[in-house]
Amino acid sequence: MNSKSFTICMLFAVLFLALWQLLAQGSEMPTPGQVAVVSLDFLREPFYDAGPNDKGIAILVGYSLLRLMSGFALASVVAVVLGVILGRCPTLFAAVNPYIQILRSISPIAWMPLLLYSVKDSEMTAFFVIFMASLWPTLANTAFGVNNIRKEYLNVAAILQMKPLEKFFKVILPAAGPAIVAGLKISMGSTWVALIPAEALLGSLGLGYFVWNEWNNLSLPSVIFAILTIGVVGVAVDWLFSRLARRLAYSD
Amino acid sequence: MEALLEVDRVSKKYSVPGMKEPYCVFSDVSLQIREGEFVSVIGHSGCGKSTLLNIIAGIDRADEGVVRLKGREVSHPGLDRMVVFQNFALMPWMTVYQNIRLAVQAAYPHWSRSKIHERVSRYLELVNLKGAENKYPSALSGGMKQRCGLARAFAVQPPMMLLDEPFAQIDALTRGAIQDELIRMWNETGVTIFMVTHDVDEAIFLSDRILLMSAGPFAQVKETIPIEIPRPRTGGAIIEHPEYYRIRNRIIQFLSEKSLPKAS
Repeated sequence: MNSKSFTICMLFAVLFLALWQLLAQGSEMPTPGQVAVVSLDFLREPFYDAGPNDKGIAILVGYSLLRLMSGFALASVVAVVLGVILGRCPTLFAAVNPYIQILRSISPIAWMPLLLYSVKDSEMTAFFVIFMASLWPTLANTAFGVNNIRKEYLNVAAILQMKPLEKFFKVILPAAGPAIVAGLKISMGSTWVALIPAEALLGSLGLGYFVWNEWNNLSLPSVIFAILTIGVVGVAVDWLFSRLARRLAYSD
Repeated sequence: MEALLEVDRVSKKYSVPGMKEPYCVFSDVSLQIREGEFVSVIGHSGCGKSTLLNIIAGIDRADEGVVRLKGREVSHPGLDRMVVFQNFALMPWMTVYQNIRLAVQAAYPHWSRSKIHERVSRYLELVNLKGAENKYPSALSGGMKQRCGLARAFAVQPPMMLLDEPFAQIDALTRGAIQDELIRMWNETGVTIFMVTHDVDEAIFLSDRILLMSAGPFAQVKETIPIEIPRPRTGGAIIEHPEYYRIRNRIIQFLSEKSLPKAS
């Protein structure tokens, strides 16, 4: 961002806050000031732990991230392996692509009733919802990336008589690396989006639960604080992935 | 003397959409290369000379005929036939050093780290890439990239080396320097080289023998021209040699004859 963009960006923030203040005055909606007071309150003791349903914001963020990471990690391994297989077998890829397209357009939240019914455990259900949300973008991107690896790299691997595993780690993964990381980044974003309603509906401890709980408490300033936290954590996770992507990128 | 590489009546066909008969690029191509020889094939683009090289490399398959290396049939790519590609085919996510090391590691999986390092460094030096070993291919000129490609192939010390128009994408000034490096490494290792090119001067300068390939379809090796100009050859002195223009004229005459449109 250059200095001009930064100035405009800040200007928007001021404008937004002013508009918010103006509209909230004299209504039930909390003003920016009220939200700030509540937020500082939450941030003062981020790690406090007073029983199963009353924990500090950092602990809640930790729960959400842990849940995100576990589902995401497993889904990513599965998606990359399947994606490489599909990318190496164009016929199979074409055969299953319609299913992938259907499955990826189903909101992972829609699976919840079915999952709850079959696994009968909210924590496991949350895990599978995240798993489903994480799977498709990485799978599709990996298959695409592997399918488009330049023939000459594979020829070199063949001339060097690489064994399948060696070829996978030394040629296929790095060659498709940028595409795979782009898929992981999209997966991470859509998973973070799916995680919040899943937690809210399932009552699993975390940011989604927090936002819903504060709504049940009719504490609107807290709800707004929770919303802002979700946004900030999402951006932070995305930023980490952009850094990773830059490390793996190469130019021909 | 028995040939190191033997190409025995090899044919290649492509099926063309909309055509009943497959298109035959070349048919019944046979050639033999002795150990330590430097043999070039010259032909028009489209005569299938690169396809022939790919078949010898095992990257492409012949429809008929066999390729034998040391008397044994080869049908898959292997470390005994390292290829130097026209477009370099370096791994862009690896540095120059890593690209060469990848090949050495593959060829000598039981070597120690220090032995591998020694071999990589030696070939980095031979192609004058010292100082550029930690650069990525994208930061290199075409000439530097091909130096890396040559070092990668030579560092394996294969019995046979296949060069697919290795200097086509390199500017003329750099080309001479790299050709000298190639000849120096060829002398040092005694490797057998098969090169495909369309540059007449380059072929005369480098080769022991030049095979002339007619234009496709049904291309064939029509003529073999031995180059008996003594080595070491230098770019300046070679054109003074009485044989030089005779050979050059013969090749150019052959190429222009075959490029005339055919009546069929």
